[in-house]
Amino acid sequence: MNWIFEPWPWYIGGPAIGIFMLVLLSMGKQFGMSSNLRTICSIAGAGKVTKFFNFNWKAQRWNLTLMIGAALGGFIAANYLSANTVQINESLLPQLQAYGINSAGKAYLPTEIFAVENLHLKNILILLGGGLLVGFGARYAGGCTSGHGISGLSNLQLPSLIAIVGFFIGGLVMIHLFYPLIF
Amino acid sequence: MSPRAESRDSKYYKMKTIIYLLLGSLFGIIMYKSEAASWFRIYEMFNFASFHMYGIMGSAVAVGLIGVQIMKKKKIKAIDGSELSLQPKEKSIYRYLFGGIIFGLGWALAGACPGPMYTLAGVGYISILLVIAGAILGTFIYGILRKYLPH
Repeated sequence: MNWIFEPWPWYIGGPAIGIFMLVLLSMGKQFGMSSNLRTICSIAGAGKVTKFFNFNWKAQRWNLTLMIGAALGGFIAANYLSANTVQINESLLPQLQAYGINSAGKAYLPTEIFAVENLHLKNILILLGGGLLVGFGARYAGGCTSGHGISGLSNLQLPSLIAIVGFFIGGLVMIHLFYPLIF
Repeated sequence: MSPRAESRDSKYYKMKTIIYLLLGSLFGIIMYKSEAASWFRIYEMFNFASFHMYGIMGSAVAVGLIGVQIMKKKKIKAIDGSELSLQPKEKSIYRYLFGGIIFGLGWALAGACPGPMYTLAGVGYISILLVIAGAILGTFIYGILRKYLPH
């Protein structure tokens, strides 16, 4: 029964995401997870501040339901289908240890950043700041890894390719220039 | 609307909710099991130390691309008879490049993009709620600053 807890290789996970996107498409919907963040702003009344949030959010209920499902799926996978550890390329371990991260191979997320008992000011700023950039950037670019990366590229959209080049420029700058300063 | 039509409508609505909830759960399981929701995998990807994440995205796009081309060629419509939701994105460079770079900075800093954020919240990571709160706030700030930004 151990195979149930094994992580999925890329050639299972990747095609599954592609099929998931196609199923949504055939239901008349477009795969895009960051749209929910805008919907949440709208529900919270942000439409009174700027008209960007003034839209009929009820038409987005399907996506919010999908989002709640994504959380439910995480609960199911972590509790019943996973050993909750991630093995990465061992050549990265010395660098991570130099950053004070020793939980590689022993946890799903680095406990040094995500464990509740480690939520001191620096980690709070990292998590809030990271989220802030993700939310701002996703709306500025008009989509995230799902909307541009999967939906957009599958439809051969040049703007999505530009956005993905941007994702990688940002990610590489963060990991190679800013990480040594932050950690 | 007659009472019967109304109850049929609410039944239809409930059924749709269950379908999206199931689909979403499947998506969450895929994100978690493929480890696309792991900070470590994102870190590894931006260090070019494994094919894993590239394989996930590449094969997802390959399957999506083939599917979309077939659906377009055969003029397949959505289940409810509507056109497929494939609006072309508006032409521009600035918003995609600048927005993309800002997104990438956050993706690498938090180690999570929007889909996996919800999944990790469901796993029970309290700290991911800070990332989600930040993302909602970032979306709100964009909405305010939008008119001043080059698009």
